[in-house]
Amino acid sequence: MKIAVVGAGPAGVRAVEVLVAAGHRPIWIDEAPDGGGRIYQRPPAALRRNARELYGFESTKAAALHGCLDRLKPLVDWRPETLVWHIHPGRKTLYMLNGGMQATAAYDAVLLCTGAMDRVIPLQGWTQPGVTTLGAAQIAVKAQGCAIGHRVALVGTGPLLWLVAHQYAKAGAQVAVVIDTTSLASLAAAAPGLLRDSITFAKGLYYMGSVKARGIPTVHGAIPLAIEHDETAVTGVRFRDARGREQRVACDAVGMGWGLKPESQLADLAGIPFDFDPLQHNWLPERDATGRTPVASHYLAGDGASIGGAAVAELAGARAAWAILQDAGRAIDTAAVRRLDRALARQRKIRAALERAFPFPVRLAADLADDIILCRCEGLRAGELRAAAVSDLNRTKALTRTGMGRCQGRICGVAASEVLAAAVNQETATLGRLRGQPPVKPMPVTSLPAREHAA
Amino acid sequence: MTIESDVLVLGGGGAGCSAALHLARRGSKVTLLERGLVGSQASGVNYGGVRQQGRHPAELPIARRSREIWGRLKELVGCDAEFSITGHLKLARNADEEADLIAYLDTARAYDLPLRMIGRNAIHREYPWLGPDVVAGSLAPDDGSANPRLLSPALAHAARAAGAAVHEQTEITSYDRLNGRFVLKARNGAEFRAPILVNMAGYWGGAVAAAFGEAVPIEPLSPNMLVTEPTTYFIKPNLGVVGGNIYLRQIPRGNVIVGGGHGESDPAVPWSRPLPEVTLQNFNYALQLVPALAGLHVIRSWSGIDGQMPDHIPVIGPSRTTPGLFHAFGFSGHGFQLGPAIGAIMSELVLDGHSDVPLEAFQIDRWNVQPAVREA
Ligand SMILES: Cc1cc2nc3c(=O)[nH]c(=O)nc-3n(C[C@H](O)[C@H](O)[C@H](O)COP(=O)(O)OP(=O)(O)OC[C@H]3O[C@@H](n4cnc5c(N)ncnc54)[C@H](O)[C@@H]3O)c2cc1C
Ligand SMILES: Cc1cc2nc3c(=O)[nH]c(=O)nc-3n(C[C@H](O)[C@H](O)[C@H](O)COP(=O)(O)OP(=O)(O)OC[C@H]3O[C@@H](n4cnc5c(N)ncnc54)[C@H](O)[C@@H]3O)c2cc1C
Repeated sequence: MKIAVVGAGPAGVRAVEVLVAAGHRPIWIDEAPDGGGRIYQRPPAALRRNARELYGFESTKAAALHGCLDRLKPLVDWRPETLVWHIHPGRKTLYMLNGGMQATAAYDAVLLCTGAMDRVIPLQGWTQPGVTTLGAAQIAVKAQGCAIGHRVALVGTGPLLWLVAHQYAKAGAQVAVVIDTTSLASLAAAAPGLLRDSITFAKGLYYMGSVKARGIPTVHGAIPLAIEHDETAVTGVRFRDARGREQRVACDAVGMGWGLKPESQLADLAGIPFDFDPLQHNWLPERDATGRTPVASHYLAGDGASIGGAAVAELAGARAAWAILQDAGRAIDTAAVRRLDRALARQRKIRAALERAFPFPVRLAADLADDIILCRCEGLRAGELRAAAVSDLNRTKALTRTGMGRCQGRICGVAASEVLAAAVNQETATLGRLRGQPPVKPMPVTSLPAREHAA
Repeated sequence: MTIESDVLVLGGGGAGCSAALHLARRGSKVTLLERGLVGSQASGVNYGGVRQQGRHPAELPIARRSREIWGRLKELVGCDAEFSITGHLKLARNADEEADLIAYLDTARAYDLPLRMIGRNAIHREYPWLGPDVVAGSLAPDDGSANPRLLSPALAHAARAAGAAVHEQTEITSYDRLNGRFVLKARNGAEFRAPILVNMAGYWGGAVAAAFGEAVPIEPLSPNMLVTEPTTYFIKPNLGVVGGNIYLRQIPRGNVIVGGGHGESDPAVPWSRPLPEVTLQNFNYALQLVPALAGLHVIRSWSGIDGQMPDHIPVIGPSRTTPGLFHAFGFSGHGFQLGPAIGAIMSELVLDGHSDVPLEAFQIDRWNVQPAVREA
């Protein structure tokens, strides 16, 4: 039986671990130079530092995951630096690009563990050099050992905001201000739910506390107004605090992000239907608690299916691997499966509380000023989208080019939906979602040797 | 809910929207019926080639007329659908293909289509970015391209302004004719009646014809398309080749649009998608024409569904089985350019009983398929 696993983050690693233990040798593909995924992204060999420094509280888990990854590599068909740019569910074939070369892989079952990306809301000035996502700001520290600026402002909401602030401060970078769009009241209201997982909760408090203890200015319930800049660089952020006072803080770089969204293009191309999840405020591919989808032989796990964080990703990856084995008629370890199911059920409740604690600020996106660039690839402003708004996201895309550039709406799609929903006065979920088309990421035009393809 | 009109136009592609516009302008009470949004099928997702060169001689009079309408689209509907006259340069990659280009010059002359043949030396002087395999070209200076996403909505908007009723999200699921009136029922429960029905339902027009006892041999056709990230604007003409296995154009904002070969589709959904090996093959063909495209990133690929007839030209004209029924469908992969004129021609067939454009070649009974017995 040919099994393919896409993604070598926490979900992919734990899935492959189960598959290998059951005697399989899956093909395992990741576009990054090494496995580890987003949370445990590894620095290039020349920049390796110790795990404690890199991953803080998570260093034990990081070391365990990396150890497992390295142990598995020789036991599988390991394909790093390989982008899966298309999937054909009828042919059960993956289309891959590695070092400029095209290749295909046929599978009997595939598990997509493609992870997540930052969810951003455009602000005045967000397309200036020096502005990155929170995730990118963190990857700079984790994988490259550098900060995005000398005086960094961090803007957005969610656990990653406070984690990155903590990591920057600890790494010796100067954090000018942390601007959280979520109010303390909203956090407090969600606290009882979060207490279900005292460790997660304690970590969250620790990061927030550590940032505040270092004397870093923090604001809650603020509305970011603009990223100011001169011709060459960012010069500051302007925001309105919870009491309605406008403030300005000088900085030379900004990291911003409002939670995560799944990288679900492959799931889309595989024909898996999507639903709008109002709590997460994301379109999610349909899958059950075991990772099975309505498309037979196609399975999902980790943040690529639904944002759950690293712990959930590890559990879900292992669980989906068991589902694959069971569907193939192999023996499964029912006790292990039951443990995973229980742990996943508990995590879902914590996750729901977390989503309630840091809700996606719909109004911030919906109320974008007309002159703010919404789709940076096509240089389209929020007002232009409003002027052409019709009750269908794809039609509005066709009329305005929103989401038709390099990112194919991966970056601007979330805010575009909210601007549109407000403009036509409808629920976001009723407007549809941007359709996925291959390639899942930009792919170079290269001349290729004529090759035979299985039909 | 029953809606009465003079004319029902079934299908809101470029052709149907133009028909609604032209009929409404002449005072008909016309109702346009569209399953999804206007222009959501072939007319909205095609390559955007507005090309006369290379067409079947029977199509040239329609193409000439359509080109005239394209030229005044802005006055007609208030939007030019980004139509730009870039010229269409059809390329030969060997001596046989060159002979083909030369042979077509006579056809073009007979229909007053201006063409300029460009020989082996001149072609590389005029277009220094062409690859060495190109040996000659034929330039149609009046041809060009447009943005397919804009055409049908603009035509429908103008049709509405002229008094047409445009019903989107209205899928017709049953066809009848009672006492000289067509009775069409939609999935959403609505019912539409009129003495005249114009079938402009694209690939699905075949099913409509079959419902009136005149089935035709129609197949789905799904051209394979891709677009690159923007780069410096340097390819001005819309490029094609003899044989048509690759075509590409660049828009002034810099993106290069490449088509060639076929993807796959399921018209019942409807759903279509490019095939990866066809996309990769198109890389090779495109690089042969324009080597400088190497390394440019493809950001999206797609396909669509048109109706393909065995002789690669559409069905246009009155029904042979049913009085009051007219057809215009099955444009076989090149009906975007024709759409505006098809609407004008259909309005003439409906209101005047004839059109000055010769339509004999497009008759629905040209395959001599035995008319099936109509079910009640
Ligand atoms: C930038 C960023 C930083 C984050 N930092 C943290 C953090 O510090 N702490 C925390 O708890 N959570 C963090 N998260 C959340 C993170 O999503 C989860 O913690 C966890 O990494 C999810 O695991 P996963 O296995 O589902 O996905 P990931 O860890 O994201 O792994 C997915 C893998 O799939 C690969 N992949 C995706 N698509 C393709 C394709 N088409 N072809 C080939 N390979 C592909 C990717 O290269 C990646 O290695 C971060 C998320 C992001 C986006
Ligand atoms: C990828 C691609 C590239 C192409 N490139 C070019 C090009 O460069 N140049 C060119 O000239 N041509 C091109 N073509 C061909 C051109 O797009 C078509 O010939 C033309 O758009 C057909 O127009 P139409 O109005 O007949 O059909 P369509 O645009 O398909 O419109 C028919 C409409 O009828 C509706 N319909 C069907 N059944 C029902 C029903 N039961 N109830 C209600 N509504 C119904 C459909 O939803 C559809 O919107 C291309 C086609 C494709 C697919």
